[in-house]
This record gives sequence, C-alpha cells and structure tokens, in this order.
Amino acid sequence: MNPTLVRWLQAPSIFVLLLWMIVPLSMTVYFSTIRYNLLYPERTGFIGLDNYRFFATDPSFGPALINTLILVGSVLVITIVLGLAISILIDRPFRGRGIARVMLISPFFIMPTVSALVWKNMLMDPNNGLFAAFSQALGLQPVEWLAQYPLFSIIVMVSWQWTPFAILIFMTSLQSQDQEQKEAATLDGAGFWSQFWNLTLPHLARPISIVLLIQMIFHLSIFAEIFVTTSGGPGVSSTNLTYLIYIQSQQAFDVGVASAGGVFAIILANIVALFLIRAVGKTLTV
Amino acid sequence: MTDRQRQIWIDRAAVTAAWIAALVFFFPIFWMVLTSFKTEGQAIQVPPLLIFEPTLENYLEIQERTNYAKFAMNSVVTAFGGTLLALLIAVPSAYAMAFNTTHRTKDVLMWMLSTKMLPAVGVMMPIYFLAQKFDLFDTRTLLVVIYAMMNLPIVMLILFNYFREIPKEILEASRMDGTSTFNEIRQIVLPLAWGGIASTALLSIILCWNEAFWSIVLTTTDASTLTAFVASFQAPEGLFWAKVSAVSTLACAPIVVFGWMAQKQLVQGLTFGAVK
Repeated sequence: MNPTLVRWLQAPSIFVLLLWMIVPLSMTVYFSTIRYNLLYPERTGFIGLDNYRFFATDPSFGPALINTLILVGSVLVITIVLGLAISILIDRPFRGRGIARVMLISPFFIMPTVSALVWKNMLMDPNNGLFAAFSQALGLQPVEWLAQYPLFSIIVMVSWQWTPFAILIFMTSLQSQDQEQKEAATLDGAGFWSQFWNLTLPHLARPISIVLLIQMIFHLSIFAEIFVTTSGGPGVSSTNLTYLIYIQSQQAFDVGVASAGGVFAIILANIVALFLIRAVGKTLTV
Repeated sequence: MTDRQRQIWIDRAAVTAAWIAALVFFFPIFWMVLTSFKTEGQAIQVPPLLIFEPTLENYLEIQERTNYAKFAMNSVVTAFGGTLLALLIAVPSAYAMAFNTTHRTKDVLMWMLSTKMLPAVGVMMPIYFLAQKFDLFDTRTLLVVIYAMMNLPIVMLILFNYFREIPKEILEASRMDGTSTFNEIRQIVLPLAWGGIASTALLSIILCWNEAFWSIVLTTTDASTLTAFVASFQAPEGLFWAKVSAVSTLACAPIVVFGWMAQKQLVQGLTFGAVK
C-alpha cells in the first residue's frame, strides 16, 4: 500500500479522537478558570483558581473523596478475592460447568440502572424486600440497608456486577495455564496452596494487575448506581466525586465549579491511567 | 481416610461451592425475571411468593401504558448507530495500521486507549454546552456520536489484533495479481476478518446498550434510552415492582445473550488486548 493512502486511511480515527479529547478537555480547563454560573449569567470574567478553591473547600468535598476511595478500595478487594476463588473453583471440569459459568458472569451484562433498582427494591427494601423477609423469618428487625449503610449497600451492588468481570478475565487466563506443569507439581506432592502460590498466582499476576487498573478507572466514575438508589445520601454519606460534580452542575448550575471538579477527576483518573497504559503497553506486540 | 477418598471429598466440596456461588450470583436476575410474572400485589407480598400463577399482564401493560417501545427503539438506534459509526472509522484505520506497522503504531494505539481514561464527568460541562449550542441536546444523533467516540479506541485495538492475524502472504499474492487496495479490502480482508468485525460489533453494542451516564445526563425524553428509562423508575411514586421487572427483563435479556456469545471479545476488549 502506498504511504499516502496509509496516512489517509489512518487519518479519520486519529483526527476524531484528537477532537474528542482536545476540544472538551480544553473547554473544561477554560470553564474552570472563569466565573460561569447559569443562574447568574451577568457574572463573568477570569478568576484564576477560585473555582478549584471553592470546590476543594466545599464541606462535601472531603467526604466525597473519602467515599470514592472507600468505594473503589472495597470493591477492588472484594472482586479480586472472590473472582480468584470462584475462577479457580470452576477451572476444573464438572458436570454443568458451562451453565455455572454463564450464571456467574451474567450479572456483568445487566445494565447498571437495572441492577441498582433490583437491589434497591426487591432485595434491600426494608418493608417488602427479600432481605427484610429473611430478617423477619429469623425474628430480627429488618435493616434499612440504603438508609443505614448506604455506602456499604452500593459497594455490594457494584461488587455483584464486577466480580463476574474478574471471574471472566481470570477464567480465560487460567485456561492458558500450563497443565503439565501443574500435574508435575501434583506428582511431586505439592499441595493446593503451594501450587496456588507458586504456579497459579504468578500466572495470574498480569491479569490481576490489569483487572485492578481497569476496575479503578470504571469505579472512579461510578454514577448510575448512586443516582438510582441513594442520590448520594443520606446527607453526603454515599456521594462520590463523580456524583458531587454532577450535583454541582445540575443543582447549583455552577459550570465553573463543576469544571474545576472535572479537572480534579481527570487528574485522579490519569494517575491510574499512567500505570494501566504502561501495563497494557508491555503486552501489546506490534 | 485414604488420600484418594480425601481427594474425592475435596472435589465434591469444590463443586458444591462453585454451584453455591453460581446460584448466589444469578439469584437477583432470577428474582427479577420471576417478579416480572407476578401481579403488583404479589410482587410486594411478605413473605415473598415463590409459587404462583404466572401472568403476562405486566408485559402487556408496559407496551400499552408506557413508551417502552420508543425507549427500546432509542437504545437500538444509539447502540447500533454508535457501533456502526465506530466501525466505519475504525476498519480502514486498523487495516492500514495492521498492514503497515511502523515504530509509531504502538504509540498511536496507546494514545488512543488513553482517551478512554478521560472520565465522562470531567468533560460533562463542555459536551453539555456543545450539545446545546448545536441544538443536539436530547437527540439520538448526539448519543450516536458520543458512543462511537467512547468505543472507538477499544474497537480499533481489537480490529488491529484481528487484522494482524491475517497472513500477509495472501495479500502479497493478490497484490502481485494487481488487485487494487479497495478490492483487496473487499475481496480478501473483509471475508477473512468478518468474524472478528462481527464480534467486535457485538462488544461495542453491549457497551453502548448499558451506558448510563451520558444517556441520563444528555437526554430528557425524546432520545432517552432504556438505561435512562429504567432510571426514571427510581422515584418513590414509581414503585411498580412487577412492571419495572418486566421492563428490566426485556431491557437486559438481549444483551445478556449477546454477552454470553461475545465472551472472548469482551475479555480482549475490556483488558485492552492484554488478556486473550
């Protein structure tokens, strides 16, 4: 193929992605440095870092940042540990394994708003939910999950959706594990744990790091689950950064402050992305 | 107990544990589908009903009383439209990159992936602003464009990996025969890569279909997709569990099936090609 044609074929994808990245990004940065509130259109002008100061000193900012970290951290631990355990369980053949696998990965394909509603209503509702029915059957007081433990409830929902993702990745990766090596280890009398630490875990090291990083990217911007269930409440007890920025723009109509928050979110995501890109780059053979 | 007996017990315990895990994870979905066949009264009954006479009433009512069909149509149009647009841009590019790899190709692909890292909320205000400015707010066109951009990096990467697997000798042979580039793509590359393109499309459709941030933020009524429609049931007055379940079941069923079919591509796409 001649080089000109190659360039022309590549151009569209590079061009549109460049636009998609640079235009909104520079606008966000620009908005974040000016006075821009839809309620007060007469107030304009460059204000330097005031929006950032305002966003960072907002009493909700601290809790939102902490909630974000707790949310991401807990979901990561739960999904990786459960994902590892379950994918190892279903790695060896048994009758009906195909069905069990399909059942295990299905939650990942449920749209987030549906999953949030199912958990909120049918499972966690303190009056008519299934968990409440269990509590009552045991003679206990039903728990108001979303009011009493809002962040925990969201962690449960998100883990339910993303453990299947970890299972899917680990399961695929386990299939490429060297079986002869494992058999040899068994013959040599290596037990389950010693095989796990010395063979399986090293084999899964890369998938685990990839799963970690990808989940971090997605979980930093969890939105639908909070939007549908707790709306960030009670108070700000289940507000994460994404939701806080959303509130800032939709309820306070403050484009400037929301943009400053946006820049903050971008920086946070990019710290993670840096590591992810490096990990992925190592595996891409060109 | 001999070692062999012990091993058998361990195996049995492992299989049991696997099935328990499968049942626990699948249960919410099962419960949702079950609820969709109950009457509204049965749906909120305490203790919950397991055995009842199933009814199709909810499925009929959501067709009659809500705009379910409209939202479903929006989901179909935006998911397929976004995917198609992404493929139209990505196929030629990925093809050119895969068959004319230079030292920069990897950097370009990595840069493309890095655009995926931009959190949606970080660019929410500009997109909102631009949508208003170009009169695209609450239109399917807007979502199609955004979904295409959102999935383009992943689509590029998977297609690139597929095209790389096509043996170069075949292409060289056809070039000796003087085939034009256009015919080369049409007659040789596309037929060979067809499966790869189709499964890439499947992955992209799944991601578009389940997208919830943009569809909630950028639509109000006209272009709302099923994710946004389902989100509208969050209000307390909308407590129609059986009907919500019916809507949810219809909204999720096709994508769950697609998901089962596209497992391999999903793994590749979601790990940016790092796990195959």
